[in-house]
Amino acid sequence: MAQILSKVEIAPNVHACTVSAMEIARKVEPGQFIIIIPDEFSERTPITVADWDTREGTLTFIFLDIGSSTHRLAEMNPGDEIYSLTGPLGQSFEIGKVGTVGLVGGCYGIGSIYPAARALKQKGNKVICYSEARSKFLLYWNEKLENVSDEVRYATADGSLGYKGHNAGLLESDLKAGMKFDRIIAVGCTFMMYRISQVTLPFQVKTIVSMNPIMIDGTGMCGACRIEVEGTTRFACVDGPHFDGHKINWDLVLARRKAYLEEEIVTKERHHYGESKSD
Amino acid sequence: MAKVSPTKTPMREQPPGERIRNYDEVPFGYSPDEAVLEAKRCLMCKNPKCINGCPVEIDIPGFIQFISDKKFKEGIKNEPVAIGRLERFLADWEAEQGDSELPPKPKATGKKIAVVGAGPAGITVAADLVRLGHAVDMFEALHEPGGVLVYGIPEFRLPKTIVFREINYLEQLGVRLFKDYVVGKIKSIDELLKDYNAVFLGTGAGLPWFLNVPGENLNGLYSANEYLTRANLMKAYLFPKYKTPIVKGKRVATVGGGNVAMDCARTALRLGAEKSIIIYRRSRDEMPARNEEIHHAEEEGVIFQLLSNPAAFHGGENNWVKEVECIRMKLGEPDESGRRRPVPIPDANFRMPIDVAVIAIGNSPNPLIPATTPDIETGKGGNIITDPSTGMTSKPGVFAGGDVATGAATVILAMGAGKIAARGIHKYVTEKKK
Repeated sequence: MAQILSKVEIAPNVHACTVSAMEIARKVEPGQFIIIIPDEFSERTPITVADWDTREGTLTFIFLDIGSSTHRLAEMNPGDEIYSLTGPLGQSFEIGKVGTVGLVGGCYGIGSIYPAARALKQKGNKVICYSEARSKFLLYWNEKLENVSDEVRYATADGSLGYKGHNAGLLESDLKAGMKFDRIIAVGCTFMMYRISQVTLPFQVKTIVSMNPIMIDGTGMCGACRIEVEGTTRFACVDGPHFDGHKINWDLVLARRKAYLEEEIVTKERHHYGESKSD
Repeated sequence: MAKVSPTKTPMREQPPGERIRNYDEVPFGYSPDEAVLEAKRCLMCKNPKCINGCPVEIDIPGFIQFISDKKFKEGIKNEPVAIGRLERFLADWEAEQGDSELPPKPKATGKKIAVVGAGPAGITVAADLVRLGHAVDMFEALHEPGGVLVYGIPEFRLPKTIVFREINYLEQLGVRLFKDYVVGKIKSIDELLKDYNAVFLGTGAGLPWFLNVPGENLNGLYSANEYLTRANLMKAYLFPKYKTPIVKGKRVATVGGGNVAMDCARTALRLGAEKSIIIYRRSRDEMPARNEEIHHAEEEGVIFQLLSNPAAFHGGENNWVKEVECIRMKLGEPDESGRRRPVPIPDANFRMPIDVAVIAIGNSPNPLIPATTPDIETGKGGNIITDPSTGMTSKPGVFAGGDVATGAATVILAMGAGKIAARGIHKYVTEKKK
C-alpha cells in the first residue's frame, strides 16, 4: 500500500503521480522501476521511477493512461491508497564519468531520463537531453530537464518546437553534423529505442536502451520479460531493464510486445508506436 | 460400530466432466463420519514409524486418536497444517467453528527474527518461532503471502482461503507481515542483521528453466511460473473481472512430468482448451508427479504424449507458436536419478499443432539474495548451502531452508526444513552471548 500525495496531468493523457514510500525513496537509483497494482483487480504494472525525495520519503513516476490498470490509476486521487507498490526493481543505469552522454526520452521516458541526467551531471559528465512529442503542448518537464543538463534538444512531429520530426531523426542529424557522444541512453516506446539504436550503430556510439516488455512478478520468476541479447535469453526485470541496443534481437521484442493484442495491449501499442512508425 | 475397512476411505470428488469447467477444489473433504471411519483404520502401533517419517514431525497417531474419539477440538491442538486427508478434515472442521483458538501467549524473549519469503518454509519458521516468544517479521516480495501455495498451486488443488487462514492465524499469534517487500533490493541481508538477531531465507526456487530449443521465445510460450502466476495469483481465470490476461489456447502442450506440469495441463482444461497435452521425455513410470496428480489429470482427459521431447517450436502468423516438433525417445540405462534415461531415436521427429506451450521442466533457486549477499555460499545449482542440522548458512545468523537450499522440491520438505531451521535459530539467538 502506498498513499497518493499528488497526481497531476502534466500533458494530455500523461500523469505525474507522487506517492509516499519512504523505504523505496531511500534506496532507488536512476533507471530502476516499481510495480504498481492500482486496485485488487488490476495487473501488476511496471513503471519507471522518475523522481524521488529521500528526506520526504516520496516517489514520483510518470504514466500514460493507456490500459485498464493505468486507467484505474488515472482515476485515483490524492489521499487514495494504491493497492500494491513494490520496488525498487531492476538494475540502475551505470552512473559514472564517461564524458558526453546523450539522454533520449519519449512518452513516459522523458520522466525516466530526468534522474539519470541529474546523476550523470553531478558526476561531471556533459549531458545533452533529447525530448520528443507529437507537438509542443505534449512535452513536459522541459524546465526540470534544462536545470540538470547542458542542453535539451526538442523534436516535435509538427515542428511546433525544435526539430520537426522525431528524436531518431534529430540525433542522426546531430551525429552527422559531427556531435560526439561517449554514450547514448534511450528510454521510451520500443519503436523509438529501436530507431535510436539503428541511428547510433554506424557511429559506434554505445547505446543503452531501457526495455519495457510485459512483466508479471518483476523479480525474475515468470520469464515473461525474456529478451534475446546476443543470442542469449535475458530477463529484463532482473538482468535489465537496460541493455545494449546494438545487441538486442529487436524483431523478437516487437513481436512479443504484441502477445496480448486482443486483450488490451492494443491500446498501449497504438499510443506508443502510432506516431513513431512513420519515422 | 462399523467394521474397519481394509481400504482407504474414499474422499468424494467433483466428477471430472464437471470440474474441468470450474476452478473449484476437486476433493470435497471428509464428513465427520468419514473422518472417524478412516481414523479407525490406524493400527496405533506401539512404535509409530509415521512420526519419524514425517518431515514436519506431526504427532500423527495422537491426532488420529482424537478424531477416532470424535474429539476434533483436541485434534486441532496437534498442529493444524492442511496436509493429508485427516488433517484436511480437522482444518475444515476448525474453519467451520469460526476463529481459531489462540494458544496462551508465550513470554517474550526480546529476540527479533526476520523471515524472508512467506512461502511454506517461511510460514513454518515464523509459526514455530513466534510460539517460542520471539518477535517475528515476515517479508514477502509479492502482493500476497503464501509463496508457491498462492502463485503456483491452483485453487482447484489448494483453495487459497486455506492458505490465508493460516497466514491470518500467524498474524494473530503476533507475526508481522510486510508484503511488496523485496529483500535484496529494498534492504540487504546485512541491513536486516542490524535490526534482527537472526534472518531466515525461504525465498524458494522460482527461476524458471527453459528447454533452450529454437522458437522458445515465440508468442504463446509460457514458463510454468508465468502460466500459473497469471492464472492463480493474478486470477486470470476470472478475466476480465481481473484484468490480467492469459492466452486461452485450444491446443495446449505442457512440457514436463512433475506436479507442476499436471497443474498446468489441468489449468489449461479449465481455461477452455480442447486438447491439453503433456509432453514428457520418459514413460509414465518415471514421471516425478504424485500418482494422485497423474490420475486426476488422466481422469480429466489430459493427453499424455510420452517418450517425446521438444526439439523446436515453429511459429506462424505474428510470431505465434503453431507447432511443436518432438524427438521420439526410448528408454536406455538408468541415470544417476535411478530412472531410465531417455535416448533419442534418430529420424523419428514428428510435429503437433499447438497454440500455447507451457514449459514445466523445473526451476532454480531465486538468485536475488545470493547475488546481493556474496558471503552466503552457494552450490552448483545456485542453491544456498546450509548446515543440515541447524539450517545455518555460511553467514553467521543467516539461516535458509526450503527450495532455495535444496533446489525445487516439495511443500512438505520445505516445511520440514523450516522446522529444523526454527530450532537452529532458537538455539542460536538464545545461546548467543552479546
